[in-house]
Amino acid sequence: MVRVVSRRLVQLGVTLIALMTLVFFWLRSLPGGPVDALLGERATPQTRELLIQALGYDQPIWVQYGRFLKNVVTGNFGNSIRTGEPVTDVISRAFPATVELAVAAIIIAVGLGIPLGYLAARHRGRLLDNATIIVTLIGISIPIFFLGYLLKDWLTQDIHFFPPSGRISTGTDNTDVTGFFVLDGLLTREFDASADALWHLVLPAVTLATIPLAIIVRITRASVLDVLDEDYVRTADAKGLRDATIRKRHVLRNAMLPVVTTVGLQTGALLAGAVLTEKVYNWGGLGTLITDSISGGRDYPVLQALILLAAVVFIVVNLLVDLSYAVIDPRVRVQ
Amino acid sequence: MRAPGRPAFRFRAVIAAGVVAAMTIGAAGCAESDRGTGDDEGNAAGGTFVFAGAGDPKNFDPIFNDDGESFRPIRQMYDTLVTHKPGTAELEGGLAESWTNDPTGKVWTFKLRQGVKFHDGTALDAAAVCANFDRWYNMKGEAAQSQMIYYADVFGGFAGSPDAVYDNCKAQDASTAVLTLKKYKGAFPGAFALTAFSIASPAAMKQYDADTVTQNGDSFSYSAFANEHPTGTGPFTFGGWNKATGEITLAKNPDYWDEKAKVDKVIIKVIKDENTRKQELRAGTVQAIDFPAPADRKALADEGYAVLERPAFNILYLGINQKNNPKLKDLRVRQAIAYALNRPQLVQTKGPGGSVVADQFLPETVLGYAPDVQKYEYSVDKAKQLLSEAGATGLTLNFYYPTEVSRPYMPNPQEIFTVLANDLQAAGIKVTGVPRPWNGGFKDDVQQFGKQDLHILGWTGDYNDPGNFVGTFFGRPKVEFGADAMTEMFDAIGKADATVEPEAKRTAFEQVNRDLAAKWLPAVPIWHAPPAIVTTKNVQGLVPSPLTAEEFDTVSLTK
Repeated sequence: MVRVVSRRLVQLGVTLIALMTLVFFWLRSLPGGPVDALLGERATPQTRELLIQALGYDQPIWVQYGRFLKNVVTGNFGNSIRTGEPVTDVISRAFPATVELAVAAIIIAVGLGIPLGYLAARHRGRLLDNATIIVTLIGISIPIFFLGYLLKDWLTQDIHFFPPSGRISTGTDNTDVTGFFVLDGLLTREFDASADALWHLVLPAVTLATIPLAIIVRITRASVLDVLDEDYVRTADAKGLRDATIRKRHVLRNAMLPVVTTVGLQTGALLAGAVLTEKVYNWGGLGTLITDSISGGRDYPVLQALILLAAVVFIVVNLLVDLSYAVIDPRVRVQ
Repeated sequence: MRAPGRPAFRFRAVIAAGVVAAMTIGAAGCAESDRGTGDDEGNAAGGTFVFAGAGDPKNFDPIFNDDGESFRPIRQMYDTLVTHKPGTAELEGGLAESWTNDPTGKVWTFKLRQGVKFHDGTALDAAAVCANFDRWYNMKGEAAQSQMIYYADVFGGFAGSPDAVYDNCKAQDASTAVLTLKKYKGAFPGAFALTAFSIASPAAMKQYDADTVTQNGDSFSYSAFANEHPTGTGPFTFGGWNKATGEITLAKNPDYWDEKAKVDKVIIKVIKDENTRKQELRAGTVQAIDFPAPADRKALADEGYAVLERPAFNILYLGINQKNNPKLKDLRVRQAIAYALNRPQLVQTKGPGGSVVADQFLPETVLGYAPDVQKYEYSVDKAKQLLSEAGATGLTLNFYYPTEVSRPYMPNPQEIFTVLANDLQAAGIKVTGVPRPWNGGFKDDVQQFGKQDLHILGWTGDYNDPGNFVGTFFGRPKVEFGADAMTEMFDAIGKADATVEPEAKRTAFEQVNRDLAAKWLPAVPIWHAPPAIVTTKNVQGLVPSPLTAEEFDTVSLTK
């Protein structure tokens, strides 16, 4: 197990350096750059020159690359071009927002998806099953953007039920401890702030959860159906085991393998969904940061760090998924 | 096999848990709706004014900023020597009660208000004013200098630069500051009212290392002064910037030298998406929003919101680059383009409410506006005739337009392009549209490399001076227009800009504007489009400014 993990970590390192190199050159090959975005319409040509020199963009690209690599290896990601803050500050502020949203979405997706998928499988061919298939098909195909605006229009405009955007009511004087607003409220006993943050979380989380939810329902259903047809289930049934025992020990456990893989993959994919969801709900997390850093003027340092972070999250989640196989199915050896 | 019976108990438990969770969340919602009004009750007289802005500020040191979203909070915390009468571009006294200019135009004497204090309690006197001018001129380092965009533009350069306009500033007595320039500059006195030239507390700047702009890798970071301790003389003091929620809080300055702010607190909430700004307004969570989508204005007005149109102080133009296609050097071809455009219809169909057709490059309120310029009324026949006279039938032009951007003067570039391109096609000019992201190539291609034949771009004025409009565009050779040969135009504008006596300056610029329309036509003015603010009904006293320079001290909230 230790060997596997350490080998994976080495792979991770190599992957990341290759990725960073790619990202570095890819970003710089895009048209436009931070200079224009920083200067706006009023800058004189002299000011432009000054800025290019100050940022070191007048040096050859390989010199810039060398400087960049050195910084990354020493853990210095530089400052955001737009805001001037260290990139680590910018990201550590946005990270909890997205994690809060993603965790809520995953809780909804898994918490509803697995039971629903299971129920659908158990009622194969009946109304509940058919309804589930149709609804999840819609869930998979509806664009997040559209759903987000639809929900928002309906529940925040037609009926003023949920707040339209943001993570907490404007002017709430909540204490920031971890950056997770719901958790912070609990830690500092500002329960009203916690409740307020949770209330703001509902619509974005539901929006973000739809696609993974639909996928998890379908995978669970298919997987449970497969297992139900297995010989060992029939054998267990024949030898007179109690239904509950069969379901728990033989059906669910074996059906979980593909589901866990899917959950892992979906967790990674949530980041992509978060970009859209966060835009719709002015959420201020990593998704917002990505859009701002691209359209707001090619904020190279932030973009580089974000892509790195996304890769790490993806790789780590996949590693966890692989490891969890061993827990779920003792026959699987982690090698 | 037989389908195992009813779902196991644990699944019912899951569903039950879900219901409980939903109810808990519902209860949380009730708690939320209770807290909404909590803030106001304690302070019925003042209250909190929440204004939704469209973007993050950069920092709060005026001199290092050049964008409206940074200037919005800065303007509430600082004052300038000269300012604008609310709702106009006319000058009036700010920190200086009065100001005079000597006949050479180089020496400016400011009589300062007495008894004005910075937020840190130090006195605003002539020495403090001069300390600000000296600070700007002596700023060290490429990093810092490259961020002083307005300073570089207006004052020409820094200590040691031959182009620098600043000479010295002397405190004649405590309330008289004398600013001496190396040469006359037409931008003054209007430019003294620029928010970038707000006067900051020298003591606070020293204490919080205002001049330290440090560079780390690809970027800069600003001082504690710029981020946490902005200290001016304005009607509001800095209360904090919560970057996680995008809220800038400003508190009423109880010692303000002029009429004190009516609200106790201002929160500027950053909401980048215009649709979301509108929804927050409707949900009642913000009381005012900037830059509503033009299409939403009418609906919001119908719903009972106050739509405050700013007097137009901007210009959208169709730029013509004479460099790539020799035919465009021919005035007749450029005139044909002007005749081909049905501008009244464009204004009617695509212009934000209150837009007007532009026949010159500055709005009516600016000195030097000439009512009698050549107008180029829409006429496809005239356009075709001029093209054939110039031997330019079958002309093919590329037309660059920006995407991923909305500017006050250009809310919907793509739609504007489509209409203009159709007009040109109708007159027999073939148009190839080239869309480029605003920060992803448009500005580079148009202003640095000059790849375009035609493009759309515009400008919002900074202060009431014709040089700030026509001088910016046509006062010197620019890649954007590729009109390097038009020296007559550069000279005429330079001369007009250097005229000291106001009446003579007006006459000179009127002639410039007539010639720009009839003789030079380096671009075609399209429209002046006023951006708007929308507020809820209970917001009183918010005066929309042509310079988008609204001050919140006059705002009050009724129940």
